[in-house]
Amino acid sequence: MWLQRNWDCNVILSKLIPYKVSNIMSRIGVFICHCGENISATVDCERVAKASSEMEGVEFATDYKYMCSDPGQTLIKTAIKEHHLDGVVVGSCSPRMHEATFRRACSEAGMNPYLCEIANLREHVSWVHEKCEATTNKAIEIVHGLVEKVKRNRPLDAIEVPVTKKALVIGGGIAGIQASLDIANCGQQVILIEKGPSIGGHMSQLSETFPTLDCSQCILTPRMVEVAQNPNITLYTYAELEKLEGFIGNFKATIRLQAKSVDDSKCTGCGLCTTKCPQNNIPSEFNEGLGTRTAIFTPFPQAVPNKPVIDKEHCKYYQKGKCKVCQKFCPTGAIEYDKPDEFITEDIGAVVVTTGFNVLKTEFFPEYGYGKYKDVINGLQFERLASASGPTLGEIRRPSDGQIPKKIVFIACCGSRDPAKGIPYCSKICCMYTAKHAMLYQHKVHDGDSTVFYMDVRAGGKNYEEFVRRAVEEDHVNYVRGRVARVYEKSGKLIVKGVDTLMGAKPVEIEADMVVLATAGVANKGAEELAQRMHISYDPYHFFTEAHPKLKPVETNTAGIFLAGACQAPKDIPETVASASGAAVKVVSLLSRPTLIREPLVAVVNRCAPPLFSTCVGCFMCQTICPYQAIEREEIKDRKTGKVLKVIARINPGLCQGCGTCVSFCRSKSIDIQGYTNEEMYAEVTALLNK
Amino acid sequence: MKIGFYPGCSLQGTAREYNESVKAVAEAFDIDLKEIEDWNCCGASAAHSVNKDLSLALPARILALAEKQGIDEVVVPCAACFNRLAVAQYELNEDAAKKAETENVIEMTFNNKVKIINVIQFIDKYIKDKIADKMTRKFEHKVVCYYGCLLIRPHKIIGFDRVEDPMSMDELMTTIGASSLDWGFKTECCGASLSIARTDLVAKLSGNIIKDATERGAEAIIVACPMCHSNLDMRRPQIDEYVGKEIPTPVIYITQAIGLAVGVAPEKLGLQRHFVKVNTL
Repeated sequence: MWLQRNWDCNVILSKLIPYKVSNIMSRIGVFICHCGENISATVDCERVAKASSEMEGVEFATDYKYMCSDPGQTLIKTAIKEHHLDGVVVGSCSPRMHEATFRRACSEAGMNPYLCEIANLREHVSWVHEKCEATTNKAIEIVHGLVEKVKRNRPLDAIEVPVTKKALVIGGGIAGIQASLDIANCGQQVILIEKGPSIGGHMSQLSETFPTLDCSQCILTPRMVEVAQNPNITLYTYAELEKLEGFIGNFKATIRLQAKSVDDSKCTGCGLCTTKCPQNNIPSEFNEGLGTRTAIFTPFPQAVPNKPVIDKEHCKYYQKGKCKVCQKFCPTGAIEYDKPDEFITEDIGAVVVTTGFNVLKTEFFPEYGYGKYKDVINGLQFERLASASGPTLGEIRRPSDGQIPKKIVFIACCGSRDPAKGIPYCSKICCMYTAKHAMLYQHKVHDGDSTVFYMDVRAGGKNYEEFVRRAVEEDHVNYVRGRVARVYEKSGKLIVKGVDTLMGAKPVEIEADMVVLATAGVANKGAEELAQRMHISYDPYHFFTEAHPKLKPVETNTAGIFLAGACQAPKDIPETVASASGAAVKVVSLLSRPTLIREPLVAVVNRCAPPLFSTCVGCFMCQTICPYQAIEREEIKDRKTGKVLKVIARINPGLCQGCGTCVSFCRSKSIDIQGYTNEEMYAEVTALLNK
Repeated sequence: MKIGFYPGCSLQGTAREYNESVKAVAEAFDIDLKEIEDWNCCGASAAHSVNKDLSLALPARILALAEKQGIDEVVVPCAACFNRLAVAQYELNEDAAKKAETENVIEMTFNNKVKIINVIQFIDKYIKDKIADKMTRKFEHKVVCYYGCLLIRPHKIIGFDRVEDPMSMDELMTTIGASSLDWGFKTECCGASLSIARTDLVAKLSGNIIKDATERGAEAIIVACPMCHSNLDMRRPQIDEYVGKEIPTPVIYITQAIGLAVGVAPEKLGLQRHFVKVNTL
């Protein structure tokens, strides 16, 4: 019942306002815009206005060069007042462009804004037809349809929704950290959940960052500490979103807190347990398998929170029932083996999804020998080799024998831009990080020789192209334009066979000591499932989809859920941080409002006088097909006895997106979309047909 | 069990031992190979670069005959024939007008639904699981498997094995007890039909293949294509000249290796027919 709010009475009240069907009583105004010459070049606007004035119920009609301009709007407002108009049709551009403008003008003149309709005479008529009589006739017909519709429009009131002033940020990488800090610094509460034992994400694994070569950890770790210390941020690590219900301003999130087996309140982070754990040969995720860790571990020394967790899959005690070494040595008694996972629920106003990405590690390109040859590694592994906190303490040493590779080959576009074997899109970050890798290698191995095989170098970005040129010109990285056909091992060397397409497709063969594959950036495992859990859309590659690729880059199609960072597509750090701050602003502007105003264009189940109450028969077919889980059961009770008289469907106006699926499914025609009722739509269509 | 069989010209000429070994292995596993009656040339390797219609009509006639003779699956051991038949079938299925036109040319109508399989698919499907029971002598040799270009290409049409790093032959060789070596020339070009016009190029390309195989200690090179075989085997004198020494490593068909493992007599497998003698086996 927590969804039940006082604001739904608005909707019901508007539903009870009787239909205004009397055509004779209607006083409609029609305003035809020339849109400069956009419309008037092919449509005879004057004739449209004249024809409109002769339509039944039209009180006033005129045309004007720029209806959206200030004098144009004044024209509408004055006409509404002088002619006591009770409906307006504006023949202009697409409603997506100026519907809001004209509705606001009507509203300022004292008319209910939903009694204003837009006839799209630009995109639907003038832009797509030649100048001729039929074109003008079509414009007249469209206006006529809308005049008939607007006669039946009923005044609607915007829906007010309360807002829970707390944001949930999912994913503690740089995107999540940035978004959380930005929201928290605006004084709003944030819950940040991270799946792993520490925040920091991929950025904490990186060595140095392009194009400035500043140390990734040095710029990141202070921000991680800020997250931990900010009083407005509640951080849950080892935590995942289990369920998300509700709607914008009013979400309810269920969060699973995975048992860490270590009591955070008792643990001092001394690290004694991690030195004593006998299970010390587990491939370290943080080091991308190039180093090892223990079963009780903190992923890296700068982790936030800097307290260990037990990896149950590898812990001897959990697997075999014996060991408890960590418990024995823990000076504060913080180890608690038997604690189960916990579930907490939180009321949330807005969500930012920042779950990041990963790189292809599978056998996508068996011909390159990844997984078969130890010295063929991916870009993320190279980051660990080059990082001062990595398994080689920043020295470039190859995994097989720890030797310093004297000849290294970087292969760009491994899987990217390769619809046949990999993915068709460009992973965007690889050109830059490959240049950086080659550069770092040259800085660390002075007598080393590095070659980059590339398709194109895509270095769009501030100081990016200069950076790549620096690698080529100052650090003498050998750039070869061409694909690599195969990598194979022979007498301890990795033979890289490729082609140089700038040298007349000359075959190139390099005997390398190490090969680094710039594997494609892909969506995280489980991204699809998470998207379904939150009801947000995703693309065929399981990246989350923004509401509009240009104008709504951080919004999703589900109101109140925002995106940032590489969960949308591969992004570099600057772009990720920018999108995170963008999403944070959206969240803050949402949370700073006392209530939310939503368009009342939602579905409603009709109500009428007892004993019928509604024509709804309670079959709940609508409930099964509603894509937004907006339909609930409503019991109509006898006021005196409390006896349930009838059960009908009720549409939660906060959740309903006005898609209309329920309307077409309703067997008893009991549901209507406000602003697009069956009656209104039929009137419009009938008018179009009876020209 | 009855399966259609299309030998093509190679298996009647330069690759007689391939023909013999395919049939011998099939027989050893009680599989009846029914040769398509009145079959014709598949069009490889010239037709598709000279005349598109001809390159479709030739395989179409073969497939139509197979259908008429009640064959619904046909094994095509020659990689070039396999490739031509599979590609023509795909192209005709994609283009109804072309199919009608081709039917007109061959004066036969057909559904074009005959399943075309190469020798590896054939062994995988009908023989692989039974090898363990029939094996009389493990094929305990170090080998490299050479796939060449046509067996698995174009991948979109053939849809079999991994295109750049195929493993199906390696798996079969492991099944019969061989140790199959990792090497770099699985799908490198052998020079193919340049064998006649530019023997020097074949010597170079095939020479590199042979060289890598022997340097890794392979005792034999396993193939499934008559063209590859003839380049690696028949052109050995030219290869030896290119490499600068005599290389004794034999090139044998996968069916010959399997035949040996299940106890088929070497003569029945045509092992005596190779230019590079197969003595070590």
